[in-house]
Amino acid sequence: MNQDILVKAIDVTKNYGTFRALDKVSLEVARGEVSCIIGPSGSGKSTLLRCINLLERMDSGAIWVKDELIGYRRDGNNLHEISDAEISRQRQRIGMVFQRFNLFPHKTALENIIEGPVQVLGEPVKEARDRASALLERVGLADKANHYPSELSGGQQQRVAIARAMGMRPDLILFDEPTSALDPELVSEVLDVMRDLAASGMTMIVVTHELGFARNVANTVTFMETGKVVETGLASEVLSTPKSARTAEFIKAVRS
Amino acid sequence: MNVASLATQPADSKYEIAHLKLVPKRHIGRMIAAGVVLLLFAGLVRAFSVGQIEWSYVRDFLFAPAILAGLYNTLLMTVAAMGLGIVLGVVIAIMRISGNPVLSSIAIGYIWVFRGAPALLQLMLWFNLALIFPTLGIPGLFEFRTVDVMTPFVAAVLGLGISQGAYTSEVVRSGLLSVDSGQYEAARTIGMKQMMMLRRIVLPQAMRVMVPPVGNEVIGMVKLTSLASVIQYSEILHNAQIIYFANTRVLELLLVASFWYLLVVSVLSIGQHYIERYFGRGSKSIRSSM
Repeated sequence: MNQDILVKAIDVTKNYGTFRALDKVSLEVARGEVSCIIGPSGSGKSTLLRCINLLERMDSGAIWVKDELIGYRRDGNNLHEISDAEISRQRQRIGMVFQRFNLFPHKTALENIIEGPVQVLGEPVKEARDRASALLERVGLADKANHYPSELSGGQQQRVAIARAMGMRPDLILFDEPTSALDPELVSEVLDVMRDLAASGMTMIVVTHELGFARNVANTVTFMETGKVVETGLASEVLSTPKSARTAEFIKAVRS
Repeated sequence: MNVASLATQPADSKYEIAHLKLVPKRHIGRMIAAGVVLLLFAGLVRAFSVGQIEWSYVRDFLFAPAILAGLYNTLLMTVAAMGLGIVLGVVIAIMRISGNPVLSSIAIGYIWVFRGAPALLQLMLWFNLALIFPTLGIPGLFEFRTVDVMTPFVAAVLGLGISQGAYTSEVVRSGLLSVDSGQYEAARTIGMKQMMMLRRIVLPQAMRVMVPPVGNEVIGMVKLTSLASVIQYSEILHNAQIIYFANTRVLELLLVASFWYLLVVSVLSIGQHYIERYFGRGSKSIRSSM
């Protein structure tokens, strides 16, 4: 496998009962790349993200992150389902930012960030706090370290959530519609943080409706519909000169 | 009326009311109700003062060693039985929501059986266990005579704790269900395993929902321990009874016991307030938003 490919998904299929949420979806994301996934609701974008960090189990297909098969261990001609402990270990390297933030409400901004490093990675508290402070500084919330999520705006909560994901020193961060639950005037502060993160070389897979962000920041854009990849390619090409008529139609509808 | 005429009109005394005296509305109904209730209350106080209660007995026995020892045993039983109830409650609730069909069926069966019989009956069952199992233990490893093990204390802890566990598990389960699924997912994505997720993320949030009903149950347990008097456990009511069997001052000693129950429950209610405040951290209080 190519040294520079960090995430490789091949023919990922997922059914909910008789509904096919993902239909043989393949995706490649290179290290340091920002990959945006766009498409209408119910197209399977979020499900694909959730398969990458095993919040959902795929029915067939395979995903590799850093050349490591996700969810299975290969032993000769057998594929073994890995243990819960192994799943937890694989997830440590894959950050996730949710549409609804999902900060821990009983912990302050700083405590939210150090929870994983201290409890899961076993990092000394002092070191974790220093790093968390630096991360809060980076997302522009140094003065909110001791605030509880309920005392923060949606945009601030999402920035803390991004800092929490970064606190685990992930290889990759998945963003599941990170600005969809925000008031319109708070969207840009979150996108700014994501842009800064992309510039620093973080590998990101972003499910979004923000085509402006996709155009300016993403390297590649994938358009999905009804569980299938319709079109994928360089961001500039897919967004400006889409090959598929359906992609063009979607882009036009979202923009107007 | 047009604007010009309004501006030129002389000040009308009809609209000058700032200097008038304000007469508050009279709540006649409220005053009558309060009067009636006060009258009834005064009657109750009088009844107790002229009734055949020897208040000197109440005073003398309030701090009698046997009563204080009984109080200690009541508190000990409350802590032991409620502790067992909470541990069982958490375990059973987690078994019930686990994906394992055997564990969840056993949890459902446990709740069914132990909620289905009166606590008093369960106490008597444990206390009389020797009638069907003369010895307890694992054959070949260790063995005890049941009558030696099943003291009134042990029988009461088991009877009260195990039946309490069935109720508390439902409280714990409602607490676990109250935590948003996004919290479970967020905990998983930072690499937490099941047990750490429950301990660090889910249970602390569930506590906010669980504390008021568990507080209720603790207060209930303080009084439920009086059932142990039936199997000769020396809690406060049992000791009060022993005293009044001897001196026939029944009501005086029941009042002594009531005083201590009320005091313990009052202290617990205050404690509950602080525990709720601790687990409510980070959440906006309902009261402040109303």
